[in-house]
Amino acid sequence: MAATAPLPLAATANLPKTSWSTLLVWGAVLGLLALSWQGADMRPADLVRDSGNMAKYAADFFPPNFANWQLYLKEMLVTLQIALWGTALAVLCSIPLGLLAASNITPWWIHQPVRRVMDAFRAINEMVFAMLFVVAVGLGPFAGVLALWIHTTGTLAKLFSEAVEAIDPQPVEGIRATGAQKLEEIVYGVIPQVMPLWVSYTLYRFEANVRSASVVGMVGAGGIGVVLWEIIRGFYYAETAAVLLIIIVTVTLIDFASGRLRRTLI
Amino acid sequence: MQPAIRVTELLKSFGPSRALDRVTLEIMPGEMVALIGASGSGKSTLLRHLAGLVLADRDSRSEIEVNGQLVQKSGRLAANIREVRESIGFVFQQFNLVGRLPVITNVMAGMLTRVPLWRSLTRWFHASEYSQGLEALARVGMAERAAQRASTLSGGQQQRAAIARTLVQRAKVVLADEPIASLDPESSRRVMDILSTINREDHCTVVVSLHQVNVAIKYCPRTIALRRGQVVFDGPSERLTPAMLRELYGAEADEILDLPDHISLLQDRRDNVAPLPSIQAAQAG
Repeated sequence: MAATAPLPLAATANLPKTSWSTLLVWGAVLGLLALSWQGADMRPADLVRDSGNMAKYAADFFPPNFANWQLYLKEMLVTLQIALWGTALAVLCSIPLGLLAASNITPWWIHQPVRRVMDAFRAINEMVFAMLFVVAVGLGPFAGVLALWIHTTGTLAKLFSEAVEAIDPQPVEGIRATGAQKLEEIVYGVIPQVMPLWVSYTLYRFEANVRSASVVGMVGAGGIGVVLWEIIRGFYYAETAAVLLIIIVTVTLIDFASGRLRRTLI
Repeated sequence: MQPAIRVTELLKSFGPSRALDRVTLEIMPGEMVALIGASGSGKSTLLRHLAGLVLADRDSRSEIEVNGQLVQKSGRLAANIREVRESIGFVFQQFNLVGRLPVITNVMAGMLTRVPLWRSLTRWFHASEYSQGLEALARVGMAERAAQRASTLSGGQQQRAAIARTLVQRAKVVLADEPIASLDPESSRRVMDILSTINREDHCTVVVSLHQVNVAIKYCPRTIALRRGQVVFDGPSERLTPAMLRELYGAEADEILDLPDHISLLQDRRDNVAPLPSIQAAQAG
């Protein structure tokens, strides 16, 4: 083949080049940012003007006060337990819902409505759910569990269904050809294929839920968030610093551990 | 005697093109039949219709019976299709095993219709059932691989495990869709030998679609040849001389004559991949 021959002129027409549409997109993005300046109350000058105040404020956080560390650790443990139960219940619901929301498993009149319900679960932040559940079941960790459960179900069911839609249909057909019924096709043909992704998504959501669980307490749904809310409102900055450090260390450890676990499972 | 397979006026269109054009045939119990034809001649489509994996055209009079039971009629599956499928073993070109499951679990899938649903869903098989699975694996020379994940096996080993699944199924009819098209010559020989053994010892009816006519002649007393969705030959395999094939297929005959597997595969690729426009332009200039 003529490898050394120069490219014919016609081929250069397919090379990428900066087009008007690219410039238009950039212009639109910048325009949108400019329009939002006032709405977002952008005051960058204040950062410089009040820098003295802020330095004084920041200094109040140090040194962190760990006098109440036993309470903080106890509440941090409650937070982890909220995240654990919220995630576990969500996984339990997401398995059937994820399968029902997959277009290669169910007809449109099943997967479309299920998807819309999951969209709604996901669209509302867990903080909002937590506030609603605090009213319904009272102050405390159970409201937090319910909030995480609903929101996480919305997210996980969607991720689970996307994994199901990406499977190789051939093994499923192999199972079908033996005379198996639909549920057996799923258990033998579908679940083994999606298992690594499902486990990975679940661990990832657990990490995210540990972070979420530490804030749902701020609306009264139990755990370290309750403590955090009270000491911030009471201007106990040294104690706040201690709690924040505990949250950072815990979340980092959980992220690290579940990341390790995820890698070994895939 | 009742035929093992009866196909009447089978009509299947994909859009405007006819994949199967009024195919009518009967295969008696215990026969070993080859289905030959160039790629796109309708071999796979025909086999997949026999297991009810594909439906014929709705407005046609197409009717398929296997082991005296209706599989599909006028593009509608029989109500008891799962019972009918139980007696039909299907062997796929790409093996269609579940890669992440152990070989033995893949083989046990042949038993799903025989165990209660709660046990099949929890993969709860009795020791006696497992020994049926192991026995089937031993017959295809794969007993020592039982615990291994299916994805860790070679193609030939996967295909033998897939045949073990049809043994566990106790299928009376085994349909093999290009079972050796993805295998090396040695694995191909073993797979064909096993299919032939099943036919002889278990009195299974075997229909195997093949790309090469020499394999058909070696293993199958009867051959059905398809061309563009129509049956162009149905008779003793030894009558398929090169001259006969050229008469049936014209220029397409080369594809199904004695070419070794890898060569015919290469030819397929060359035909299917259009040269890049820039290369065409370079060659023209």
